[in-house]
Amino acid sequence: MDDLLADFLTETNEGLIALDAALLRLERTPDDRPTLSEIFRLVHTIKGTCGFLGLARLEKVAHAAENVLGRYREGTLAVTPDGISLILRALDCIKAIVAGLEAGGAEPPGDDGALIAALDAAAEGGEAGAAAPMPPAAEAPGPAPPSVASPEANPAPGAALPEDAAPPPPGGPGAAAPQTIRVSVEVLEDLMTLVSELVLTRNQLLQLARATGDSALTVPLQRLSHITSDLQEGVMKTRMQPIGNAWAKLPRLVRDLGLELGKKIVLETRGAETELDRQVLELIRDPLTHMVRNSADHGIESPEERRAAGKPETGRILLNACHEGGQIVLEIGDDGRGLSVERIRAKALAQGLATEAELAQMSEREVLRFIFRPGFSTAGQVTAVSGRGVGMDVVKTNVERIGGTIDLRSREGRGTTFTIKIPLTLAIVSALIVEAAGERFAIPQIGVVELVRVGGAGGGDGATEGQAPRVERIKEAPVLRLRDRLLPLVSLAELLRLDRPGVEEASEGAGDAAEEGFVVVTQIGAHVFGIIVDRVFDTEEIVVKPVAPILRHVTMFSGNTILGDGSVIMILDPNGIARATGVARDDAGEEIAGGGAAADHAGPGATALRSEARTAVLLFRAGGEETPKAVPLGLVARLEDIPRERIERSGGMPVVQYRGQLMPLVPLGTEGWAPEAAGSGGRQAVLVFNDRDRAMGLMVDEILDVVEAPLRIERGAAERPGFLGSTVLQGRVTDVIDTAWWLRQAGEDWFAAPAGGEPGRGAARILLVEDSAFFRHLVVPALSAAGYAVTAVESAPQALKLREAGAAFEAIVSDIEMPEMDGLAFARAVREGGGDWAALPMIALTSRADPADAERGRAAGFTDYVGKYDREALLASLRDCLAPPVALG
Amino acid sequence: MSGPPAALALAGRGEEETFLTLTVAGQPCALPVLAVRDVLAAQAITRIPLAPAEVAGSLNLRGRIVTAIDLRRRLGLPSRLPGEPAAMSVVVEHQGELYSLLADAVGEVIPLPREGFAPNPPTLDPLWREISRGVHREDGRLLVVLEVERVLAIG
Repeated sequence: MDDLLADFLTETNEGLIALDAALLRLERTPDDRPTLSEIFRLVHTIKGTCGFLGLARLEKVAHAAENVLGRYREGTLAVTPDGISLILRALDCIKAIVAGLEAGGAEPPGDDGALIAALDAAAEGGEAGAAAPMPPAAEAPGPAPPSVASPEANPAPGAALPEDAAPPPPGGPGAAAPQTIRVSVEVLEDLMTLVSELVLTRNQLLQLARATGDSALTVPLQRLSHITSDLQEGVMKTRMQPIGNAWAKLPRLVRDLGLELGKKIVLETRGAETELDRQVLELIRDPLTHMVRNSADHGIESPEERRAAGKPETGRILLNACHEGGQIVLEIGDDGRGLSVERIRAKALAQGLATEAELAQMSEREVLRFIFRPGFSTAGQVTAVSGRGVGMDVVKTNVERIGGTIDLRSREGRGTTFTIKIPLTLAIVSALIVEAAGERFAIPQIGVVELVRVGGAGGGDGATEGQAPRVERIKEAPVLRLRDRLLPLVSLAELLRLDRPGVEEASEGAGDAAEEGFVVVTQIGAHVFGIIVDRVFDTEEIVVKPVAPILRHVTMFSGNTILGDGSVIMILDPNGIARATGVARDDAGEEIAGGGAAADHAGPGATALRSEARTAVLLFRAGGEETPKAVPLGLVARLEDIPRERIERSGGMPVVQYRGQLMPLVPLGTEGWAPEAAGSGGRQAVLVFNDRDRAMGLMVDEILDVVEAPLRIERGAAERPGFLGSTVLQGRVTDVIDTAWWLRQAGEDWFAAPAGGEPGRGAARILLVEDSAFFRHLVVPALSAAGYAVTAVESAPQALKLREAGAAFEAIVSDIEMPEMDGLAFARAVREGGGDWAALPMIALTSRADPADAERGRAAGFTDYVGKYDREALLASLRDCLAPPVALG
Repeated sequence: MSGPPAALALAGRGEEETFLTLTVAGQPCALPVLAVRDVLAAQAITRIPLAPAEVAGSLNLRGRIVTAIDLRRRLGLPSRLPGEPAAMSVVVEHQGELYSLLADAVGEVIPLPREGFAPNPPTLDPLWREISRGVHREDGRLLVVLEVERVLAIG
């Protein structure tokens, strides 16, 4: 039998059992709302599923029953025993059809006209007089007068059916019974414990046998060993399933929906192999189906609408699953019409869910969340697919039941994305087992990008081909040059404060000599860093178990587990490590700049800028000057050490062939670059700045250090082009370079948009609110080059003054962390202030990539959230925001 | 089975309560036997970096992960020396989690009559006063009666 059908039968049978009980409960307590909601959902689910399986007969009956239930739920029809009987009859009919399906694999033929007519009449009857739903039912149907004539008779439930559906059941459900049985997770859990015990015993036996050298035991023990391993694997497997299993039905569902609704829809899935605990999978299956259905039905527009909106005719629904930060993250997104905040507001008001005053107080995001309320639906009309307000509340209930969260983002005209996060506690992950200072740890493989063996002695200068790269140190901070990339490193032993047995002497000397081992290159979001370990063993499937409550505060671990050999091992949390070490803020550069760079005219006498934020700063010497120079590390793509003889000249400018391109080199200094130096041999230190496929090198004398410190920039007495000012780092006065100025020295076109990139959006006026001069210097030219007219102000109050003065803009780009009034308060002020500005797109520039921050930003009224260095994203976001409004359906 | 709060049990029940005796760095102690799930010989214990000092590590008890508390540390007694025999685990349950209390030796299960029970002397080390519910005189030795819940109040 079709897998889909088998699943459907299993589910439906369960649903029917629950329905019987619930209906009887409802009959006793007609005002029991939760029961009514439950019944409605169960019937809705049955109806929804059979629609997609092409079970027309079932669907019709279920739909008719749902109509009546819908009236009950709305309260426009009173629940009466007669009504319940009618519903029960519908259920019996459904049961008979399901039995037929089970026996024959197809819907048994039959006519349910009488029943459906009775149900419809009951549903309509409510309008005339809620108390008397039955009489019309008796009149309406013609075909089967004998049975329908006595609707009061309870024994009549099957009346309409026997002649149609009776034959199949005797065939017995056994013939095509599902091939699966359901086992409670508890049983599996117990099995797992027993198997772990077995593994331990096996290991002890093996050890004993080895010690006594009794060869008679060897063969049977080996066999036992294998069987035990297989058994362990098998039991593990019973609990895990790739999420793709839950998706299996969806492509067909989407296809059928597309046909039914006359829409072109493609379903894309990513991460189908992500494994989920079986229990979680079961619970997430229905919500997923609901959401995809919603996306197809409400989200995606008809081809005509899409064309009119300038979108491709074919709509896209994207399903994405991944493990992230100890959670499973599921995204269900579409590029459809998005949710209309206005419509949701109106509906919430109409349904009495909130008062006008309350609504006015709510952020857009809060308003959107109304769709998770029971009975809330924005669909204009009720279709067979969805639109009855069942769905999102079911989804939310199911997700929360397993300790997950659900959230949504939506932009009108551009689509909606739901994000579901489910805790990992139940999941099994594949982990890399590593050792540091004699202790073993597990690192979840999800975050691991690659493993690099790092050599010890010998490396010489630079990593020549074929030799293991060496861990280098800039001051104390270990780094690794990996394929031209400067990778920050974290030593696991140091991080966890593990004593290294026996290496005291070695660590006495320069730490670099002892660095032999492996670097686990790990990626957290956009951040890549390396974890130094001594040894790497193997990967193993592990069951993540939460740590004891008294250890919860140790954020470096996401859990613990028992390995195959019976030993307990801690599971490292790469997120925790990144947070603990500050690696995750390698946009630290952003922080400095965002938090503390200088303002040119920050008011009378105010030259020093606040900055509590610490920033990673690269210190170097250049131009033959003794004064150290500084640049935020986050701005530097790579550090290079180029042999001088490779530097050539082109158009009067030093260049170097770099990764198959010519990279302009700019000497940082007053006297320029002496060509004769090329002949002198030696090497040239270069800071490489990157922008898309272009690169530019800043030639410096010597790299000194990377320090993390708050950056307070003061304008020097003598302003020099190319320098923002000076600061005190490590007790020395240090010049902070103006990166944007130096980039311009490499050629006028540095900030120019690529050919054809920004067609004629010339007129759009952008207001930039940014307290950091450094950033204004970066952003203003970038936006100007893209054809925008940019007005930059240093603070939110200044921006608000512009508003009072009646200045007009098409969009606002604002920093978040600012003195006086931060970006969030600014956004609220703009949104609440009314006038032309209230509806402007607002884009937040931030150094914090944390989704929670992004959410706060959205809640405050920002339209979009963009990382500070991400020029591309900013331009893309502006394009989106300023795109002509899309017609809404 | 964590049992009723020990003090209540002591007051409410008849003449005596049953305890498990153990020795921590030479100091005789006692635990209410109802709190004890298991007593294990020396186990392989995995250290937990960055954990509170009292946490010796974790161990595998038939497929369940048990957090081990070093009673010597918890009581502020000198650490185990390398030559000394490995500690025994007294497994207790607290709020659904299993913990192992590491003791140097586990004695016997004995009923202790209420008459022999005395509150903590005011001069007792404050640390001890905090985790002990009283002292019991028995055969010329003094047993410090430990309160599981308070022993586990770490951090």
